[in-house]
Amino acid sequence: MQLPAWKASTPRLAVIALALLVLAGFGWAALAPVERTSRDELFEIPPGTSARRLAGEELEILPQTIRLGVHDVLVLRNADAAPHIFGPTLIMPGQTFRLPFAKAATYSFLCTAHATGQLNVIVEPAPAPGWERFRWRWHSLTDRV
Amino acid sequence: MTGRRLSILAAGLLLVVSLAGAGAMFIARQPAQADQMRAGAYDPPQAAPEFSLRGSDGSELSLARYRGKVVLVSFGFTYCAAVCPTTLSTLAQARSRLGKNADSVQVIFVTVDPARDDPVRLQEYVAAFDSSFVGATGTTNALADARKAYGVTAVKEGTGPDYAMAHTSSIFLIDREGKLRAMMPFGHDPGDFVHDIELLLKA
Repeated sequence: MQLPAWKASTPRLAVIALALLVLAGFGWAALAPVERTSRDELFEIPPGTSARRLAGEELEILPQTIRLGVHDVLVLRNADAAPHIFGPTLIMPGQTFRLPFAKAATYSFLCTAHATGQLNVIVEPAPAPGWERFRWRWHSLTDRV
Repeated sequence: MTGRRLSILAAGLLLVVSLAGAGAMFIARQPAQADQMRAGAYDPPQAAPEFSLRGSDGSELSLARYRGKVVLVSFGFTYCAAVCPTTLSTLAQARSRLGKNADSVQVIFVTVDPARDDPVRLQEYVAAFDSSFVGATGTTNALADARKAYGVTAVKEGTGPDYAMAHTSSIFLIDREGKLRAMMPFGHDPGDFVHDIELLLKA
């Protein structure tokens, strides 16, 4: 028994529809502007840090250089019982410091927590439209997952 | 029949793609949250460390004196070649853009070089940017205590009369109730200060 022509072509149309949707998704990911706050980069001073430092232990909580994207937010949290110079600022116990970066540049902060006395935050520009932006969105998605 | 189905499918696809595109553009073009500060914000905010210094206007200078105003505290020195003039110029521009709200803002410039920055020199220096600005100096210990309380670093560089001071270049934002709300790193433009000051004045 032969199917009506429209029934026979339905699977093919579904594949075409799916392909178009995937293509639209790729197009959006590659071309839609990146303008929103995109990512929080959290660093935390864990409880007991002060006691461990007083005991002579060397703790490196913040890296010398932090790489962020435009509109990312550097989040510094002090979960210890003592105030700490953490990156660019002094943070009280239980306090969180949220520093957004709206422009691509290299920011240098005096930071006594580092042996060099300096913390660098490199803020990279928003990815260019096309493959670079698509790849950036893909990595953002996989990072969240 | 096939042609009709194809037309419906094509119309449906067009609708989906259009909606996806419109959604993407809407999401992408949404402005950053209006209530989000452009400076680094402390959460929860705590009382700004008080200090007792000598004002360049000849008075005792404390934060309590400016309760009810938004206070911007900057640490620097009058012989600074680039950072301090840029900072004070930025703050002066921001204050001039605030209109009638300008009177609700006080800038305090705390010296990290008391050996050279006496009150008279400080006053001349800050007034060159904005006559409402006030400088602050004090004993070596009092200034060191103030720097420590705000996590500010200041290190002498070089010898002889032309030495410089490497110092923290951020600006601290204190609200009307005397709480330390935020810290603006060096390099922001006057518009960012206006934005954040207006947020603090509304709160």
